Amino acid sequence: MAAAVALQGVSKAFGDVYAVRELDLAIRDGEFFSLLGPSGCGKTTTLRMIAGFEFPTEGSLQIHGVEMALQPPNERPVNTVFQSYALFPHMTVEENVGFGLRMKKVGGTEIAERVKRALDMVRLSHRATAAPKQLSGGQQQRVALARALVNEPEVLLLDEPLGALDLKLRQAMQTELKDLQARVGITFVYVTHDQGEALTMSDRIGVMHEGRLLQVGTPQEIYERPTSRFVAGFIGEINLLPATVIDHDSVRLAGGRLVAAATGVAPGSEVTVALRPERLELYGVNEVIPTNLNTVRGRVTRRVYFGDVFFYDIDTTDGVIEVKEENRPGVDLHEIGEEAVVAWDPAASTVVER
Amino acid sequence: MSVVTGLRPKSPAERLLATNSWLVFAFFYAPIVVLVVFSFNANENVGIWTEPSLRWYREVFRDEAVMGALRNSLIVAAISTTVATILGTMAALALERFRFRGQRVYDGLLYLPIIIPEVTMAVMLLLFFAQGFQWLDGAIGWSPTFGIGTISLSHIAFNISFVTVVVRARLGQLDPRLEEAAADLYATRWQAFRGITLPLILPGVAGGALLALTLSLDDVVITNFVAGPGSTTLPVYVFGLVRRGVTPLINAVSVIMLAASMVLVAVSFGFQRGSRGRVPESMAEDG
Repeated sequence: MAAAVALQGVSKAFGDVYAVRELDLAIRDGEFFSLLGPSGCGKTTTLRMIAGFEFPTEGSLQIHGVEMALQPPNERPVNTVFQSYALFPHMTVEENVGFGLRMKKVGGTEIAERVKRALDMVRLSHRATAAPKQLSGGQQQRVALARALVNEPEVLLLDEPLGALDLKLRQAMQTELKDLQARVGITFVYVTHDQGEALTMSDRIGVMHEGRLLQVGTPQEIYERPTSRFVAGFIGEINLLPATVIDHDSVRLAGGRLVAAATGVAPGSEVTVALRPERLELYGVNEVIPTNLNTVRGRVTRRVYFGDVFFYDIDTTDGVIEVKEENRPGVDLHEIGEEAVVAWDPAASTVVER
Repeated sequence: MSVVTGLRPKSPAERLLATNSWLVFAFFYAPIVVLVVFSFNANENVGIWTEPSLRWYREVFRDEAVMGALRNSLIVAAISTTVATILGTMAALALERFRFRGQRVYDGLLYLPIIIPEVTMAVMLLLFFAQGFQWLDGAIGWSPTFGIGTISLSHIAFNISFVTVVVRARLGQLDPRLEEAAADLYATRWQAFRGITLPLILPGVAGGALLALTLSLDDVVITNFVAGPGSTTLPVYVFGLVRRGVTPLINAVSVIMLAASMVLVAVSFGFQRGSRGRVPESMAEDG
């Protein structure tokens, strides 16, 4: 079965600046796929190429197996939810939602029915005759969603749709969007720079940086098995320790300490060992540490209290390591100035390029 | 609790400023008041007041020369406003929504008629028509004459710039995403223009059209140069009358023109103001 959206060797240049370079990506039917990256990474340009607002300079773009790279937007079976919502200010909510169906010359009674169903779905039936500007940001957002979904697109494109909402509303809308996607079963392509949003909502994530797609995977794969230094650093908190590869299962840290880590590169390569703070444990110097763990000794230089967790900065010969420890009985507190040992399971670390 | 009654006494500076603004208003409007009052004067002589009457207004509507000039004015205004509004709106769309070769040059040239002295434009147009007609005569044996046609073309030439400026200001406030949203919802370019862009810029287009209408009805200098025999417009006719001496008839004609201009300006303001609140801020600022 053909992918919902398939991009092959897609590049987009504006003048001589490349916004997207040689992108290969297959988005599966029915999945919630997020394009994640900092601003200017090419994620929005990629989305706009799928929508048809921009045309690729090179490459092929297929939607359910049909070549669409150069089709105008009105001839593509996709709909978009814009960051600014782009609701038509001179039309009521129901006129906005019915616009696509009117353009497709759907019959009047069917339009009325489908508009009503779409507004029910986003719980805005009671505001059908309101003007967009009379609605709150969250409501406008839901009108934009209804206006796109009422057309039953093969793919729904969302360009940072929650960006303009405040934190509380954003979290509520995240859940709502995810539920909605599960209910309608339409492929969602979601562009965001917010890694939390991408992790919680997506089936798969594609991380972009400087016009390139660096890694595609499930949220867990992206978070726990980053394949590049950028992906490791962009998503969540992480310690990045410089090291040299000794053999396929050990590296030497910059301070000279030999630790176990699965490496995929030749001995002598300069690499970075990536460690999540919550995968590290802190022991007192006199405690017994299981022998299968890697250990690095240092001094506590900072302790920050977050309520549910403590963040420690441990100054070691291999650099400052951040450790996250849960605030619960049985986890010892460490004081500033104290000697301590940072320990971790070799399987918890990832080796990426320098 | 004390209640403040009455106003704080005014300082000398405030009194001075208040006096000044009254003086400025007097300076602006005293001539108009004099004109209006004397247009209702029964006397043959402009400067001597005898008794109020509508005599000169009756004369205006009986005077065939005045009525002919008025008819010409209205024809020219209708043609030039319609054509300039369509072309000016198209120019504004091209400049705001598309990128093309020579755009910056075109952008600069478009505003030339607003900047250059009117008399320069008048001479340019006169020369252009004279040379053009000569060439046409030689090339295809057709020699058009100066008249309503040349006046209309000239008014179109300067009105396009003004319409473009007004429509562009309106387009600039419009989120370009709205047109993308229309295309995304299966609208063709034309449907997106008819259904979304045009209704939203209509206040700007109407404002531009009224401005063009006013400018066309008021123009003397350019019209004077490119008018042919028997095709004067009302302002040019009045200007000609004045040279032969001011008569009370001119007062009445002037008051009629003044009233018409004021109505147009008021309607134009109404359009621009009424439109401002219609684009919600959230949409305008995201553009």
